[in-house]
Amino acid sequence: MPEIPVIQQMEDVTARLMDDLQRALKKPPSERRWGMVIDLTKCTGCDACTVACKAEHKTPPGVNYNLVLKTEMGTYPNVREVFLPRPCMQCENPPCVEVCPVGATYKDEEGIVVIDYDVCIGCRYCITACPYGARSFDFGEWYTMGTPEIAPYETAPTFEYGEERVRKDDFSPIGNVRKCNFCIERVHDGLLPACVTTCVGRARLFGDLNDPNSLVSEILRERSNFRLKEELGTEPKVHYLT
Amino acid sequence: MKSDNKGWSIAYWIVVLVMLAVGVVGWYWRLTTGHQMSNYGSIIPWGLWVAMYIYFIGLSAGAFLISSLVYVFGFEKFRPVARLSLFTALVALLMALLQIWVDLGHMGRFYEVYTRPHFLSMMAWMVWLYSAYFLLLLAEMWFDTRRDLVRWGQRSGFSGFINRLLALGSKDTGAAAAKQDAKVVRVLGTIGVFLAIAFHGGVGALFAVDKSRPMWHTGLYPLMFLLAALVSGGGLLLAIYAFFAPDRGSEQHKSLIESLSKLVLGLVLLYMLFTFADYSIVWYGAIPLDVNPLKTILAGPFWYVFWIGEFVLGMIVPIVLLGLKSTRRSSWWVGLAGLSIVIAFVAVRLNIVIPPLSVPELAGLAQAAPSPRMSTMYLPSVMEWFVTIGIVGVGAAIYALGYRLLPVKPQVSK
Repeated sequence: MPEIPVIQQMEDVTARLMDDLQRALKKPPSERRWGMVIDLTKCTGCDACTVACKAEHKTPPGVNYNLVLKTEMGTYPNVREVFLPRPCMQCENPPCVEVCPVGATYKDEEGIVVIDYDVCIGCRYCITACPYGARSFDFGEWYTMGTPEIAPYETAPTFEYGEERVRKDDFSPIGNVRKCNFCIERVHDGLLPACVTTCVGRARLFGDLNDPNSLVSEILRERSNFRLKEELGTEPKVHYLT
Repeated sequence: MKSDNKGWSIAYWIVVLVMLAVGVVGWYWRLTTGHQMSNYGSIIPWGLWVAMYIYFIGLSAGAFLISSLVYVFGFEKFRPVARLSLFTALVALLMALLQIWVDLGHMGRFYEVYTRPHFLSMMAWMVWLYSAYFLLLLAEMWFDTRRDLVRWGQRSGFSGFINRLLALGSKDTGAAAAKQDAKVVRVLGTIGVFLAIAFHGGVGALFAVDKSRPMWHTGLYPLMFLLAALVSGGGLLLAIYAFFAPDRGSEQHKSLIESLSKLVLGLVLLYMLFTFADYSIVWYGAIPLDVNPLKTILAGPFWYVFWIGEFVLGMIVPIVLLGLKSTRRSSWWVGLAGLSIVIAFVAVRLNIVIPPLSVPELAGLAQAAPSPRMSTMYLPSVMEWFVTIGIVGVGAAIYALGYRLLPVKPQVSK
């Protein structure tokens, strides 16, 4: 793990989050519980998170780890658009994990729902089981398919889960189900998830929910918040501030 | 296939060969371009192939359960079609396995379901159970046909060779051995009944446990799957026996046709009741994620799959043809009713799989990053159709070959 200097200055949200991160990384992995807090009052629906995620993981067309769902409220001229960023909820009780016939997807010791690309058989049962539509199938397609050359930015290796992989032919992750993993490989290197780093409104916060002093824990104590489809008992670790 | 009519047989084989040729093209596309040429996506991740898989597996379980009426429950009246039912179950299972295998993202990894068991997954249970069912079917078929295999093995030519091979060196055709065989078949059949109920109920449970798809998430589902299996398997047997039995026109054929008709009619009515119970309660509840798929089924762009497929072909036609005394006694009309059911259940299976997936779990999911893979509309692609047509061709070819070369024809009792 590269040495990242600990930032002491507390005014900036990102600096605070990175500081929190350093503290969490010093704990044994099983004592961390990564969570995300998304402030809906700050989200402008700019989709920078979606784009940052695309750039980070080089996901092909139709494979979306993060999306910003947009709903129109009211009728013109009294109309407002509401935005709901949707990463993977990293459920405490993930329905997608239960259904996997080969145990290729599981909750790791830090509470992240991960996929072992070399095991996944591509049956897509987990896609049907996710209540949040957070899983996609990699059909082996490219944005620049049908043009003279597949663009180099599409064929560049990715480093999900800290493994270097190049998408080609029918090698994994092509033919696999894919999903957001809170950029866990970045987090282990002391970096925030790409969507959090990039968020222009600082609407996305990330940290250790087990640490009472982390910004995410602090803000969840202070602000009213909700989680999606709590009635299903999935216990999502993505909280929305209202 | 029809021994007394060469013209029909030639027509049958021409159709089968065309299907096989189409299938070769489909499988070539699938194996060289992976899933690129498919039309399912990440909103509707399962399409024609999964629907056809539960269709074939339903035919298999249904045909098997009907055979058990004879082997296990002793309804001797159905004896002439018992062995044919077993053979039908075996061929349908082969088609089902081919169909679901081609649907996997990594076909080469299917063995992991055995080597990396995940005991919480209904899909894993389903695979283990139908593997056991497959072995049991082979064993039961072998013990049931053993004596005839030995006898047919004395023939000359290819048929003799195949039968000798399948007899596995067994020679005894004596009465004592026959009694022993019947005993083994009875035991295997009894285990098979439990296995067939477990595995096909399990297919229903695979959908039912999916709490994020409320329309699947009902305790009725495993039961409806079992019933659907019986209706579709019964319909298939009805059609085969009515059209192709060697004893057509005999008194035995007539009376068996009538009994089978009554059985299938009862099953159709029961399935109608289950469908009504399911749909009406979904409708009354009117929870959007639950009722919107139902609205899609009844009045969506593919309304005819339900109204023409399920309702007319699957309910009205068989109820009329099997219900009226005059048509119930004609093997032609009864066969047609069976065929109508067989076609209708493709519609039933399509509506089970696709509409409940077509309503995204969160509003705005399909519009957030528009792409054909994030579409709420699904029509199978040419490649998908071709692959499935090829599988039907393989099934039809094996069935016809078996019918000609092996002792599986409906038996005319002495």
